[in-house]
Amino acid sequence: MADADTRPARQRLADKIDINMTPMIDIVFQLLAFFIMTLKIVQPEGDFDVRMPLGAAAAAAPDEEQIPPIRIRLTAGETGLGGIEMNGTPVASFEELQELVIALVGLDSGPNSIADKTEVELDCDEQLPYEYVVNAISAVSGTVQDGQIIELVKKIKFAPPRDNP
Amino acid sequence: MVRRRTRGQSVTDIDMTPMIDMTFQLIAFFMFVVNFSEAEQDDRIQLPSSQLAKPAETPFEVPITLQLTSSGSLVYAGELFEVASLGTVLEREKTVILDTGKEPADATIIVRADGRSPTGEVQEIIRICQEKGFEKFALRAKYDEGG
Repeated sequence: MADADTRPARQRLADKIDINMTPMIDIVFQLLAFFIMTLKIVQPEGDFDVRMPLGAAAAAAPDEEQIPPIRIRLTAGETGLGGIEMNGTPVASFEELQELVIALVGLDSGPNSIADKTEVELDCDEQLPYEYVVNAISAVSGTVQDGQIIELVKKIKFAPPRDNP
Repeated sequence: MVRRRTRGQSVTDIDMTPMIDMTFQLIAFFMFVVNFSEAEQDDRIQLPSSQLAKPAETPFEVPITLQLTSSGSLVYAGELFEVASLGTVLEREKTVILDTGKEPADATIIVRADGRSPTGEVQEIIRICQEKGFEKFALRAKYDEGG
């Protein structure tokens, strides 16, 4: 490097290879623009699976091991939800409904557990806003404890719709 | 003369390195967040939220997405329908499914209903689908971390 300093400035500059950056930057900006334009912010969504073949409820033979379904009645009120009933007993909130379901089926949801065999039948007023149905399904199908989902009743079905009085 | 020109050139030479660093970082970011999934979503529908609605790990085999707006109209494949005319739409869908060697029972009807829509409409959709032989339903909800 010592002799490099003695060389004239022009010769020193010629040693440095100048890369032409323009095409690379062009491509890079094109890529950037493409990814910005295709960006679609998708909210995370999940599903509650409901299996309801037509007429299965009537066709199914009464099974001795079958636990009678938990009937949850949701009525429509002036502002939305009128009331919740579980097997005919009024329930104050969806939290209380969940506690009652846990008390009934327990927290074990493995194969052949009570929770696995239990079925929930939702009986809803026609005019009831749908979000309360989802709240009820959430309350019976699982609970979140320390960030872990504990599954409760997985079999959910709907009773035939009722007309509002 | 020659000296002055070379000095002037070196002054106008902009250092590109930080800009390219940033640009590559941005590209990497957008590549990670980009989502090419064909998930049908519609701004007209405000899904009810639930803590248990964790996004599914495996997509459905034959998904059919039916969306219900708060006013009770149905959105299917980007078009607006009345719930009463769902039967004809499903009939068409059923023919396609049968042509591919599958049964309507294999298909999953994804119901994306607005939280404010009446439950009766959702049940009507399910009833029409059942009549056409569909039996698997997925009620979609927005995943809510906070609870």
